[in-house]
Amino acid sequence: MTSVKSLLAKPWIWSFVGALLVWLATIGFTGGYGAGGMVTAALSLAVFTVIVGVGQMFVITLGPGNVDLSLPANIGLASAVAMKVMGGSDSMIIVGLLAAIACGAAIGAVNYLLIWALRIPPIIATLSASFIIQSVDISYGRGLQIKPPPGFADFANWQILGIPVLAMLTVLFTIGAAIALQRMIYGRSVLAIGQNIRAAWLAGVNVGRIRFLTYTLSGALGGIDGALLAGYFRGANVDIGNEYLLASIAVVVIGGTSVAGGKANVPGVWGAALFLVLLLTMLNTFGVSAGVRLLLTGLIIVGVITAAGGEKALR
Amino acid sequence: MPQAIADIIRLDGAEKHFGAVRALGGVDFHVGPGECVGLVGHNGAGKSTLMHMVSGTLVPDSGTIGVHGNAEANYSVSRAQQLGIRCVFQELSLCPNLSVAENTRINHASLTGFGWRRKAAELITAKLDEIFPDHGISAWDIVGDLSIGRRQMVEVARAFTVTQDRLDLVILDEPTSSLDAHTSGQLLAFVRRFVGSGKSCILISHVLGEVLRNADRVVVMRDGKVVAADAASAFDRDRLVTAMGGAEGHHRSEAETAKAEAGPLRVRARPARQEDGKELMARAGEIIGLAGLAGHGQTDLLLAIFAAASRARTGMEVTAPVALVAGDRQSDGIFPQWSIAQNIGIRSLARLRNGLLISPQREAALAGFWQKKIGIRTPDMNHNIFSLSGGNQQKALFARALGSDAEIVLMDDPMRGVDIGTKLEVYDLVREEARKGRTFLWYTTETEELDNCDHVYVFKNGRIVANLGRDELTEEKIIQSSFGDAA
Amino acid sequence: MTATPIDTGFKGSAARNAAARARLLRGLLPALSLALVLMAIAWLNPRAISYFGFNLMLNLAIPIALATIAQMFVIAGNELDLSIGTFVGFVGCVTATWLKDAPLVGIAILLGSIGVYALLGALIHLRNLPSIVVTLGMSFVWQGLAILVLPKPGGKAPDWLLTIMSLKPPFIPFPIIAALLIGLVVHFGLMRTSYGAILRGSGGNPAALRRAGWSLLKTKVVLFALTGLFGVLSGMALIGITTSADANIGNGYTLLAIAGVILGGGEFVGGRVSPIGAVLGALTLALAASPLLTFMHIPPDWQVAANGAILIIVLAARVLISRKER
Repeated sequence: MTSVKSLLAKPWIWSFVGALLVWLATIGFTGGYGAGGMVTAALSLAVFTVIVGVGQMFVITLGPGNVDLSLPANIGLASAVAMKVMGGSDSMIIVGLLAAIACGAAIGAVNYLLIWALRIPPIIATLSASFIIQSVDISYGRGLQIKPPPGFADFANWQILGIPVLAMLTVLFTIGAAIALQRMIYGRSVLAIGQNIRAAWLAGVNVGRIRFLTYTLSGALGGIDGALLAGYFRGANVDIGNEYLLASIAVVVIGGTSVAGGKANVPGVWGAALFLVLLLTMLNTFGVSAGVRLLLTGLIIVGVITAAGGEKALR
Repeated sequence: MPQAIADIIRLDGAEKHFGAVRALGGVDFHVGPGECVGLVGHNGAGKSTLMHMVSGTLVPDSGTIGVHGNAEANYSVSRAQQLGIRCVFQELSLCPNLSVAENTRINHASLTGFGWRRKAAELITAKLDEIFPDHGISAWDIVGDLSIGRRQMVEVARAFTVTQDRLDLVILDEPTSSLDAHTSGQLLAFVRRFVGSGKSCILISHVLGEVLRNADRVVVMRDGKVVAADAASAFDRDRLVTAMGGAEGHHRSEAETAKAEAGPLRVRARPARQEDGKELMARAGEIIGLAGLAGHGQTDLLLAIFAAASRARTGMEVTAPVALVAGDRQSDGIFPQWSIAQNIGIRSLARLRNGLLISPQREAALAGFWQKKIGIRTPDMNHNIFSLSGGNQQKALFARALGSDAEIVLMDDPMRGVDIGTKLEVYDLVREEARKGRTFLWYTTETEELDNCDHVYVFKNGRIVANLGRDELTEEKIIQSSFGDAA
Repeated sequence: MTATPIDTGFKGSAARNAAARARLLRGLLPALSLALVLMAIAWLNPRAISYFGFNLMLNLAIPIALATIAQMFVIAGNELDLSIGTFVGFVGCVTATWLKDAPLVGIAILLGSIGVYALLGALIHLRNLPSIVVTLGMSFVWQGLAILVLPKPGGKAPDWLLTIMSLKPPFIPFPIIAALLIGLVVHFGLMRTSYGAILRGSGGNPAALRRAGWSLLKTKVVLFALTGLFGVLSGMALIGITTSADANIGNGYTLLAIAGVILGGGEFVGGRVSPIGAVLGALTLALAASPLLTFMHIPPDWQVAANGAILIIVLAARVLISRKER
């Protein structure tokens, strides 16, 4: 058992190894064709998962029961807000981005308010909230056909030497997140709460404020993700965030963050996001049907959590 | 029929180690039919470990167990159950979401089929009626709705119910801790009747009078060994206390430095249930003891004071930063994923910062300072906290509190299960820090620790019932106050 | 001395009665919320309160109630199933294809899927896995399988199933009878049988149960298998009503089922669940989800929000009641 544990001591390694293997398998299948393009595409798409994945990671690290199920609805609404505020005009890009972040942060804050005031499990709180957000989005975004400002769409798709600029910026952001996690009072407090919320309170951690900040942060990251997605795909829509519920949780788990809380892993989020995106690319390249693709994705997630298991449950 | 007079249970040379700690060192113990054996000893003397072996929840590292005269090679809980041995554990083992009758069913696999609920209800009601007449508990009450005392009554009564398995021996571990004098009396009278009918009991209690009056034979444990075993009539209080190793405060005088009428007020707190005007007061430089039976509101008051330090509360006055040293390390203190240094630094993060970031150098310096000062035995403070022995883990928690800016240190029975060497080191440190002006509020279940205190508040049922000065402090007096009208 | 009241410990009998009263009040909350929704409907549209009206309004109540019961079993064991929705969809696809065309194969598949649920329970217990992640992964597996079984919407329900689901008993509409029956059967099984007490105890105090010699592996496997069983029933009932299937047909049921359990007075931890409450919660959701909101002229856009709001309001009411309990 101890040897297995020490082998998994750096669990994020495995997500990168997995990503590499999948990539090799795919270019082996295509005979090397499109190897570079595949990496570029994978980086561009992984960015969106990484951004929400980091937010979800901080939430999950808060300990058993903490999870943000409102991210898809949040992303959907924020994408609409960003597009509407930008109104297709380049001069409003910054304002639109800020509006999307504010919208997301407000959703996160409301999530925590529900958790705190009604003392309900985060699963139900974020779920109920997501119902409401979804409706707001449907109603607000109805008939919304606003394209992103050309400058914003170009920025979201901008590449230098085949590397998406957004990916570079996201790398910087994740480095910041890793520092915040290990070296700042905020990160230490999150880790402490996740290991033992009562001990954290008794050790003087301001548990309420840290949890509030974490849910708000997760919401804000969902907000910015929505805006960027709308820019990348050149338009907002209600379902734009749907796949990020499972993806955000999956990258956290596959990336080596403990679902029991108190142990987080930022590089792993990148590895896992690349792994998932490349896996989809591979399955598409192999020409498997949608059913097989879903089936394999699910089995891999169950397999990974089983292999990494043996810890307390996420509730 | 030699089997008829065989011991119900006999342990020979039972040993048990938890890591480096020796919990039991070669204990011989037996219970015969028709006797009530009293088991006494201070916390950590090995009583619980021994009882876990008797009831099959722990397997000894070495030694033999025999039941009804037959050696048991694969002794377990279910085997114990079959052989008629039951245990009422100190922690409640009822399901709070089930009714009293349903909880009875859990312990009786044979209560199934049509009409099981009625059978279970009759079974438990009859036993409750027998032990605690006028108990006022319905078999359909949901356990979570019952008071702690009533839950204990249900748990005790459940252990005495009989269906298909035989019943020869019931272990009662502090069975009266949540009962009042009246119900305690009912229970002990029942125990005598039970023993009178040829069955057996093991009675563990901190209330020595209870043991002396009700046991036929008394076994005294100390440091993992049986140090005395004799007929109850051969013991009196003094002999028991001496055998347990309760230093009766002889060597206390050396600590007694005349204190100047102390410094400014640090804490003024009134327990939530206090109806008279009594309140706890602590001044700078004082060590204040909180005594009484376990779970009678001492921890609650400490937690209330802790909470009042960050958010004002009525009836509370806390004038300086507070830190708490947990007694239940696993649930209240330790961060299991972290190193020793990180575990110490968490209370002082703001001071460890260099700009926005926590400085690893400062964290290491803080840890290093306290490693020396309090003597944490480890080659590297960056090792995981669990690489330490229990006593050293506790020292790390002390370092966390004493290394912080806190002027008030709350101690929630922190010496539970800590070896004597560590204890003495920590006592010295606490006195030293108090001389420097820190205030200590010290809840302890070990009476001799109170010798370190300037004065002691005794708790009962969530209220302060006595405030004993240093000169009037005796174990007798504390026990008397803890039991109010009884004893 | 004998006159001393037995007021042992901190909570006296007065406090206990208050606790029991609060429990009763909380137990009535599901029925109360259902009554409120019904009254609102009656006030808005009196004609809806009729045999025909109920048949129409409670059209989908049976599958929702069954899915809610399924979710309730895992919650009783302190777990959560985020895959029940796609599982219902998978069962629906199997029902509309194999079960009609080759009944024996269909039955084998459905029994096998219950077996998969039992295995998941064992896996979660033995490896101490977070059920929420495992079932999230499984939701993809079931959806993938559903698409493989039925790539395009279609298929047809077996005739016997259609017959059952379109029963028109005299006086009382079929959905009401069925819901009542489901609630009572499960109530008997979980709340009245001797093993039901053990199952609930496994959520209440697992350590005590293990100490008394019960297998927690077995309780978890049984609870998950029951979830699988009621998931199968839900999927079949759903296809019996809609007559044809679609791989996405059950997707909304995951959230509906969790909400139904909570509305019905269940709690996520501690083994506190109520089958009758869960059925009432499911009925409330079924009524509130569309008929009520339609009568209130709430645009379809806001119906999802209304569901979320109902959930929040009920939870808030519960918090108020349990505050009183103190």
